[in-house]
Amino acid sequence: MANHQPIPADGLAALADPTRREIFERILDRPQAVGELARELPVSRPAVSQHLKVLKDAGLVADTADGARRIYRADPQGLEALRTYFDGFWNRALVAFKDVAERPSKENR
Amino acid sequence: MTQTADTAVRCEIVVEAPAERAFHAFTHEMVDWWDPTHHILEGELAEMVVEPRVGGHIFDRGVDGSECRWATVIAYDPPHRFAFSWNITTEWKLETDPEKTSEVEITFMEDGPDRTRVALEHRHLERHGDGWEGMSSALGSGWPTGLERFAGYVSGSGPGTAA
Repeated sequence: MANHQPIPADGLAALADPTRREIFERILDRPQAVGELARELPVSRPAVSQHLKVLKDAGLVADTADGARRIYRADPQGLEALRTYFDGFWNRALVAFKDVAERPSKENR
Repeated sequence: MTQTADTAVRCEIVVEAPAERAFHAFTHEMVDWWDPTHHILEGELAEMVVEPRVGGHIFDRGVDGSECRWATVIAYDPPHRFAFSWNITTEWKLETDPEKTSEVEITFMEDGPDRTRVALEHRHLERHGDGWEGMSSALGSGWPTGLERFAGYVSGSGPGTAA
């Protein structure tokens, strides 16, 4: 009962697919193997493998060997770029916000 | 070392003002503090409007009258809580698929009579699937981060705050 989803050719429409996002969110919770993911999701094991390959190509997950199994985990580097970006954005925004909040409001000027 | 991947960003700042004032500045004077290079209008930014109700929008209005609704208000509880969806892609384009939007929540906690602790959480960043890869290479080593960076700045009187 292979259930192959169409896989986008270029790496990053990766999380646009709801099943793939579900897989990714489960991996974020804890690293796990293909079998574990397939057991808990309404998709076949080959389909999970395909999704993992797309996520891996997109730099979102990485895998390591654990005996005969491969354990998939979120790739902190992929996430880190996004976090770093927003961290910088909000830090700068909040400093400017503080400045505005601490001066009298426009209506009172 | 655990490799827990956190998909949220959190920052906090203390403001020498009551929560009502802080909430108002955040929601009604956004254009005065928002980074003016970060908007997605074609032309110049004239104002930023927060519709003060759940289901309302945050929109930018350009000097030419064009508008861009880039956020949906999720919570509007003055003066303590404000939250909205972030309907912008990592390339600063409008995201029309709600499945791919992240969330920003700001809480305003009194920390004395004229002092408010403002905590911001931007979560579900993983939903910004597209563009992630490009951002990762574009940013390289990334921006200097952390609240420590400007702790000195904020504890002094920043420019414009001197009476």
